[in-house]
Amino acid sequence: MNIKVFNNEELIEAVNNLTDSHKVYVPVRDGDFYNFKPLKKGEKFDFNFQNSRLSAKSIIYPQSEGMFECSNDTEQENARILREVDKEYPKQAVIGIRPCDAHAFKIVKRNFDNPDYKDPWWNRRYDTTLLVGLGCNNPCATCFCDSVGGGPFDEKMLDVMLYDLGDKFLAKGLNEKGDEFIADTTTGNPADESAIKQAEELAKATTEKMNSNVKTDKLKEKVINELFDAPFWEEVAFACINCGTCTFLCPTCWCFDIQDETSGKEVLRMRNWDTCMSPLFTLEGSGHNPRSEKYQRVRQRFMHKLKYYVDKYENGVQCSGCGRCVRYCPVNIDIRHVAELMNNFAK
Amino acid sequence: MQEYSEKIRERAKSLLEEKKVDVFIGYKKGTLPLMNEPILISDPGKTDQLFWNSNCGLNLCNYLTKRTDKIGIIANGCNSRNIVNHIIENQIKREQLYIIGIPCKGMIDHRAVDRAVKHKEILSFEEKSEKFTVKGADFEEDFDKKDFLQTNCAACRHRNPVEYDELIAEKVEERTDVDPFKDVADIEGMSSEEKWGFFTQMLSQCIRCYACRNVCPLCFCPTCFVDESRPQWVGKSIDPTDTMTFHILRAYHCAGRCTDCGACERVCPTGIPMRQFTKKLNKDTLELFSWEAGLSLEERPPLDVYKVDDYNDFVK
Repeated sequence: MNIKVFNNEELIEAVNNLTDSHKVYVPVRDGDFYNFKPLKKGEKFDFNFQNSRLSAKSIIYPQSEGMFECSNDTEQENARILREVDKEYPKQAVIGIRPCDAHAFKIVKRNFDNPDYKDPWWNRRYDTTLLVGLGCNNPCATCFCDSVGGGPFDEKMLDVMLYDLGDKFLAKGLNEKGDEFIADTTTGNPADESAIKQAEELAKATTEKMNSNVKTDKLKEKVINELFDAPFWEEVAFACINCGTCTFLCPTCWCFDIQDETSGKEVLRMRNWDTCMSPLFTLEGSGHNPRSEKYQRVRQRFMHKLKYYVDKYENGVQCSGCGRCVRYCPVNIDIRHVAELMNNFAK
Repeated sequence: MQEYSEKIRERAKSLLEEKKVDVFIGYKKGTLPLMNEPILISDPGKTDQLFWNSNCGLNLCNYLTKRTDKIGIIANGCNSRNIVNHIIENQIKREQLYIIGIPCKGMIDHRAVDRAVKHKEILSFEEKSEKFTVKGADFEEDFDKKDFLQTNCAACRHRNPVEYDELIAEKVEERTDVDPFKDVADIEGMSSEEKWGFFTQMLSQCIRCYACRNVCPLCFCPTCFVDESRPQWVGKSIDPTDTMTFHILRAYHCAGRCTDCGACERVCPTGIPMRQFTKKLNKDTLELFSWEAGLSLEERPPLDVYKVDDYNDFVK
């Protein structure tokens, strides 16, 4: 395990050097918030954020991406025969991703990488991505990572963990990929015992302090149909405006829609993030919509995350507790409250 | 405005008990400091959940569309103008409604407060008359509400409800010294290239979540043009052309109908100031047709009438 300490300038330099071999994403302030953006060599960055407004999911799973293409020109020999779009999968790195957003990749991986399905594009990008996490010294009041199998210094799914120790960062390699990154850095110094101890204490104290207490322990034992028919859905859904804020900001929402777009004689088959909040999500070709009512769509989102996923993968809920849907829902529908209703539900 | 809460609860309770309404629509206190959640109450025993303060910046008219029951609802200036709109556009009938009018001194711009505390996390909010206090883990700040109004509220000329069955309090003074179109004039002064650059930059953060559209009471089409598939008018990716098409067409659909309630900007997860589009159209309808939306149940909006004596040359 490689462990080094960097002061701010040294870390910026180490990350800048990484741009020689990787496409590097760092948190960048844009107006009122931070988002992950590609770093151009020589640029500075900072970590003065609790979390990015959008999660880092688009770095591995872009909001829109071409899958296949063909020519619509019937004069051409291969007219209308789809071929995979040529794309590059460069080595990339996400610097400063929070543990909840890294944990989200693990949750999503169960869907995109399992014995039945392997999503080629998600997996290729995931495999070439180095995740350099930043532990959360100040988790938001709306966060609940520690209630859903993660924590403010949760290491799983990260390659490197950065500990912000105030005057310096401690970087700990968590696997071969992470160790390699640290070994390749030309700045910083090997960490001494006191820095390692300081990092451990920071992680322990922050994790103990968090205690978000969102209960999901009884979801597994609920009967699906009873929860589906629970009396609270219409009340939960009343305020919902059926926008895509919760699903698009969510690091664990993975649904997409497939669209064909033509430009002249060129056809592009692409996929775009979709949202189960939209009536169009389930509108069938016949005109029938099995989720025509708002409460049905709201129910779907919560049932998927907190019941169907739980039953199907037997590995917890489809939520990493980042709290974005809580903070940015336009009408203040709070998943923590809905989880409580579902977890406590008795027929 | 927080003192209205108690009166709203009392009135909602009586209206439900006397069966003057089947349901009552208002807000309940949110789970976050600067947020409240719209709520529908049918049980008079539950009216104590109702709440009002300066963080009620959504538009409750949105929840009236095509309802068939008898509804009690609270409405400040802009919300009441949207209710008028809804009535003349046949989305609800006046006789279905019992409107409790709220004279309004504006809503707080949560983003401005966030900036003022340097984006530190706000853990509590308390409001007292014209001041409010926000607290975080290591700070406490007192602010004057007038310095933190949403920009639409700061330039609002219709703070009192225009259509109501009763008022919750004395009317507030309407202001005549504010110019709601100041920043529109700034954009009008730009060259075409500058405007294109300005709007392209403005929309660059859009994630097509449609929160702006869905929170707007004007957007009640059974199928929005962006959701049509035969023909498909707009692409669904985040291609800038499609995103721009969505925003500009959405704005045009609001021409002569927008009350500048500000809900669209308030809810945008990436803070896009899309009122730059609708305000220009509000200015145009005012200048071309002497029209402001939602002020009268007696008049049709300018874009759905033809007048033989129209004073504009281009329609003759």
